[in-house]
Amino acid sequence: MTMRDQELSQERETLREGSHFLESLESNQDTRLSKMLARPNFRFTPSIDQVGIQSRTSRLSKRSIKKESKLSGLKLALSMIDLTTLEGQDTEGKVRQLCEKAKRPLSGEFSKLGITVPHVAAVCVYPRFVKTASDTLRGTGIHVASVATAFPSGNSSLEVKIADTQYAIDQGADEIDMVISRGDFLRGEYNKVYDEIALLKEVCKDVHLKVILETGELSTLDNVRKASDIAMYAGADFIKTSTGKVSPAATPEVTLVMLEAIRDFYQRTGKMIGMKPAGGIRDSKTALFYLVMVKETLGPNWLTPDWFRFGASTLTNDLLMQITKQLTGFYQSPDYFSLD
Amino acid sequence: MKQEKDIQMSSETRLSVKKTYKLFIGGQFPRTESGRSFHFESKDRSFQTNLCLASRKDFRNAVKAARGAFKGWSEKATPMLRGQILYRMAEILEDRRVHFTEELSFEGLSQKEATSQVDLAIDRLIHYAGWADKYQQIFSSVNPVQTPYFNFSALEPMGVITAMAATETKESSLLELVSAMAPVIVGGNTLVYLASKKTPLTAISFAEVLQASDLPAGVVNILTGDETELLTHIAGHMDVNAVLYLGSEGESLNNLKLLAVQNLKRVVHEETPDWKNPNTESPYWIQNFQEVKTTWHPIGQ
Amino acid sequence: MQPTEQNFDFKTGTIYAPAPESTSFVELKGRYDLFINGEFAPSTSGRTFKTINPATEVSLAEIAEGNAKDVDLAVQAAKTAYEKTWSKISAKERAKYLFRIARLIQEKSREFAIIESMDGGKPIRESRDIDIPLAAAHFFYYAGWADKLDYAFPGKKVAPLGVAGQIIPWNFPLLMAAWKIAPALATGNTVVLKPAETTPLTALKLAELFQEAELPKGVVNIVTGAGETGAALVSHPDVQKIAFTGSTEIGKLIQKTVAGTNKSTTLELGGKAANIVFEDAPLDQAVEGIVNGIFFNQGHVCCAGSRLFVQEGVADLVIQKLKHRMSSLIVGDPLDKNTDIGAINSKEQLSKIQMLVNAGVDEGGCLYQTSSTLPDRGFWFRPTLFTEVSQSHRIVQEEIFGPVLTIQTFRTIEEVIEKANNTPYGLSAGVWTDKGSKIFTLTSKMRAGVVWANTYNQFDPTSPFGGYKESGMGREGGLHGLAPYLKFVN
Repeated sequence: MTMRDQELSQERETLREGSHFLESLESNQDTRLSKMLARPNFRFTPSIDQVGIQSRTSRLSKRSIKKESKLSGLKLALSMIDLTTLEGQDTEGKVRQLCEKAKRPLSGEFSKLGITVPHVAAVCVYPRFVKTASDTLRGTGIHVASVATAFPSGNSSLEVKIADTQYAIDQGADEIDMVISRGDFLRGEYNKVYDEIALLKEVCKDVHLKVILETGELSTLDNVRKASDIAMYAGADFIKTSTGKVSPAATPEVTLVMLEAIRDFYQRTGKMIGMKPAGGIRDSKTALFYLVMVKETLGPNWLTPDWFRFGASTLTNDLLMQITKQLTGFYQSPDYFSLD
Repeated sequence: MKQEKDIQMSSETRLSVKKTYKLFIGGQFPRTESGRSFHFESKDRSFQTNLCLASRKDFRNAVKAARGAFKGWSEKATPMLRGQILYRMAEILEDRRVHFTEELSFEGLSQKEATSQVDLAIDRLIHYAGWADKYQQIFSSVNPVQTPYFNFSALEPMGVITAMAATETKESSLLELVSAMAPVIVGGNTLVYLASKKTPLTAISFAEVLQASDLPAGVVNILTGDETELLTHIAGHMDVNAVLYLGSEGESLNNLKLLAVQNLKRVVHEETPDWKNPNTESPYWIQNFQEVKTTWHPIGQ
Repeated sequence: MQPTEQNFDFKTGTIYAPAPESTSFVELKGRYDLFINGEFAPSTSGRTFKTINPATEVSLAEIAEGNAKDVDLAVQAAKTAYEKTWSKISAKERAKYLFRIARLIQEKSREFAIIESMDGGKPIRESRDIDIPLAAAHFFYYAGWADKLDYAFPGKKVAPLGVAGQIIPWNFPLLMAAWKIAPALATGNTVVLKPAETTPLTALKLAELFQEAELPKGVVNIVTGAGETGAALVSHPDVQKIAFTGSTEIGKLIQKTVAGTNKSTTLELGGKAANIVFEDAPLDQAVEGIVNGIFFNQGHVCCAGSRLFVQEGVADLVIQKLKHRMSSLIVGDPLDKNTDIGAINSKEQLSKIQMLVNAGVDEGGCLYQTSSTLPDRGFWFRPTLFTEVSQSHRIVQEEIFGPVLTIQTFRTIEEVIEKANNTPYGLSAGVWTDKGSKIFTLTSKMRAGVVWANTYNQFDPTSPFGGYKESGMGREGGLHGLAPYLKFVN
């Protein structure tokens, strides 16, 4: 068998597995196949010079954001947070508390001082807790994002991953955060990774699909770029750095590479893709730095929760403290900001 | 008992609080895990203290700390930064000259000799600080090979070095320690130093200078102990890359060389150099603990 | 366009809110005198000139104007110091003076950075992060060589030359002073320095540091003034060595002046470097390198990558990315931490740039400039590109010394090597490619003293810098930077 034959038979295999669960879909198996064959050759993606990237992020980190820009940026960052809890210890109670924090990040004392803040963008939980979150957040405009596809490792069968995703959607998730198969990626099975994402996007339909690359396991920036391109061409609505379970999680370097990938994809196809760095963003200074990167790479259109999210939890209180400091002039104590 | 002499008073009614001399491992001052000690007394008996008698387990821990520190010291710390840290050691030592002059006098030197030793030690640190970003330029080369390759040879540090002070030293422990340590670490290696039992004070006090100098933990570790007892373990440790032996030729050195063969440790021997002589300052001391790596890369399209 | 609060809205604002470096703790005297024999004294003529802030056109201080007589006093002080003090001190002690100076620069780094930006126009981000740290680093590096010269020249014993006359430019005032003074002193020479007339302040503040470091009197002397002061220094009979960084035109004048004498010279002159981007380069990083290569320090850099050569297959893409990147460059107040491109150093320089840019347009080049808002007062120039230009255009041949980049395409490696070398200059070059073997081919074929691969404008005290052909002779920095200040005695 030639390599091309092997690839074709692999794709048919993927398709066969997937189609069990897609009987309700009307699309033609062959159309889907021809779409898959029309994808770019992911063996050749732009090469990234790591030292060059570090030089650019270092330059971007020197931007000094003060006064009006700072306050505006801090509030913007807060509105972009996906408040997250993904622990084995999670319970309905814990998730409910998190949702309350999402709705009202700042305690009542501060509104007396005239300080108001936006609510966060979403909460992010395991599929099991989607219903609790959905019920608690009804009518608030805060989205419910669910991890899926055998998060965080992704090492399960395709059937399980699809079922995991479908369950979350049925429970009421607005957004799905899926993981790519890093093992397949590192073995060079780019088409397999692509097909899986494309399939899961079909399962999601209108539900937003975020694709987690798990950059901490991809080793090189070249790989991060490649994985970004694969995800976007396959139909991702957002590309996301990490599960937060592996270190390093989000870093300025991988974020910049992904932002540049989004920019190039937009220029080639006209389609906007969102970006979400997750894990490792603990303070306001870092959050503002990331916003600077977005602003100077993609421009203002991406600076909304529709197109940029922070996967974080401890960041919230630091932003609140900084916002309060900006408005009152005094450094704050963590005692005055609720921990959920 | 000599109770009255033992009690050191700074005034009629004030009892002094004597420093405990411990080991210096991984940037901290632990006691020896063996709980053993040995006694040190100045010639005129005015100063007495107990020091830790290091065991093979202490040595093992020190090597572990040195190995742990090696990657950061040789890769993350740039040559210029290593130089800056050595320069800071000189600054701190200059700041503490009174302390060290006093300790050297306990070790048997006259006031004049002690002051001179401290001067030399400070200047030696500065000398080697200056080599940090230069020795590479002297010992490296671009090699004009016959075939179309860009070929260059550069030095790389060996790794973890153990240095054993001379037990019959005419010099102070301070100058010997500085002279052995500086070229080893300026080249990116990490060090375990075994001070002589005869003159251990300034070696341990120097550890305080190291701590104050922004030197990362584990880059230099200092033990006080018995050379004869520890020699086998030092010589045979499979994770030590080289040994610097400053004692005289003889049975100990031979044993060292034989046991070192197990992992082909490099053994560098210099018999009690005249550290006071500025000729002993040399980039070849740095080169002694460096490997040479040669790289080829095609020139073409 | 006046800044409004809307401009500072993070999302929609076009610029960031002002982030000015506080200058309140910086103290400038009303008048600065000459520094001769360890003391500050007015010029013998009593004449002074003003140094202004090119961003505001406000005068910062009056500076003493040295004439031939003052130069003579300075040279005599340097000569006496050389014979009586500096050559008598041991090398180790010389080193310690230099270490002290390095340390003091580090300690006063913020003050120096602010004054450098005010006097010369460069962004505070650059003076803070590049100029000042590198200046300290040069003193640290050369301090270390002072007592090690026996190892620097195999088989040879060396001795200093005597008095070095050093003339430095306005683009990196403190850094150039460090590049000159550190190796000269480390090797045992004494110095008379003539800073550029538009940027004397940091050199004079450095003189205050020399006093604080207790540097023996006369070891370094500073005589401020313009072209005539420099000429007096160059032709003074008691100066053994001339070191000059500046334009090729003046460099040639200096060579003529010393032709009949025993003086040795190092010249660090102009350049018109080729920055070459192959189609297999990491393109976004290459674009960053192009931007850094020509817009760093407003393009006031002798080794600036002012001629871009981009392989035809990726030319459109690279130019598009370049224009996008340029749109986020902020031209403005040098003391604002967010400024990328500061003020042009002087009215004269601005006119020169404008004149050449006009020539470029007249000769048929296609001009592109960003739409950055410029402050009302001061000397400014927007980042500029020229396409549709060739080797025979003036702006491709002559050094502009401003934020102006010319862009040409190429098809093969042979073609670009030929075009890159087709210039009387030979200071530097840049090459961007993912393929290592191509890098080494280019580095071996470029007729330039510094070649950067996949980077640009990198400097380090250990790395020798200097030009081929009309870009000068001699090297500064590194082991090779010692030789110009020494002679062999065996």
